[in-house]
Amino acid sequence: MSSLEQRLLNNYQRNFPLVPEPYEQLASELGSDSQTVRDLLAELLMRGKVSRVGPVFKPRMLGSSTLAAMSVPQEMLTEVATLVNGYPEVNHNYEREHRLNLWFVAVAADQEKLEQVLSDIESRSGYEVMSLPLLKEYHIDLGFRMDAGDKQRLPAVRNRIIPTAALIRLCTVH
Amino acid sequence: MGEQLGLSEETVIETLSQMQSAGIIRRLGVIVRHHELGYRANAMLVWDVPDDQVDTLGQQLSAEQKVTLCYQRPRIKPRWPYNLFSMIHGKSRDEVMAYVDDLVDKLALKDTPYEVLFSLQRFKQCGAKYIVQENAHQQAVLR
Repeated sequence: MSSLEQRLLNNYQRNFPLVPEPYEQLASELGSDSQTVRDLLAELLMRGKVSRVGPVFKPRMLGSSTLAAMSVPQEMLTEVATLVNGYPEVNHNYEREHRLNLWFVAVAADQEKLEQVLSDIESRSGYEVMSLPLLKEYHIDLGFRMDAGDKQRLPAVRNRIIPTAALIRLCTVH
Repeated sequence: MGEQLGLSEETVIETLSQMQSAGIIRRLGVIVRHHELGYRANAMLVWDVPDDQVDTLGQQLSAEQKVTLCYQRPRIKPRWPYNLFSMIHGKSRDEVMAYVDDLVDKLALKDTPYEVLFSLQRFKQCGAKYIVQENAHQQAVLR
């Protein structure tokens, strides 16, 4: 991993500059030029090291979400996983080493829609879905450091009360 | 992005900035994929902690270097006795298991039931797509 790549990945998982020309600013902070930074990001996206440049939302702030688990016979796993992937509400879906072997995260506009998705998956697949919604979050997600260095911590942002029903349309840069 | 939304650049930047300072957006930036960066051993570590101790252990685990997420979730007895979830990413399975042993020693957890669920296949990983209610939006967030 080049030094530029490492610094780009470590330093800009949060506090991405909110300015009209963010890549110009990144480049000047990294001692590079914006075309090099854009090319590097494009390459990292293409190679899958970066999934996107965009926001991570506070859990439960927008809509209803849950972590769901299913116990699916091995020979049916790919089929059921594909069925689960077909829902736009599902954003992570992993096989895990356990009797409960399929784990996915689902997010919907509200609780009713979320429950509808889960029961739909249940009835279409024929396997039970166990829902484990978040009760409390202890960790503040600050991104992920690639090197052996210390995890940097910031003081937690005190939550303000935001009407959670008010969802805003967001475009994610892919 | 402003063009897609029919909003000015200034409004988009200001809205994102407000959502960030209000904590709706936890962070904004480059979202990496652990697996592709060589962190192939991804384990969900789940604990069955007495209810009156879950906050304490949750905070202790969160302070640990390699714990990247830590959540309390409900038990679903008898099928699922675990109420505390933590995520660990490492370069190998051995590294993660050795780390779990260290955690158990360090935090005196040898009597606390736990399981380590390594991930095998990744079927899907993408950002959440928030499906929007057309009417109620902007004002409340922008206010």
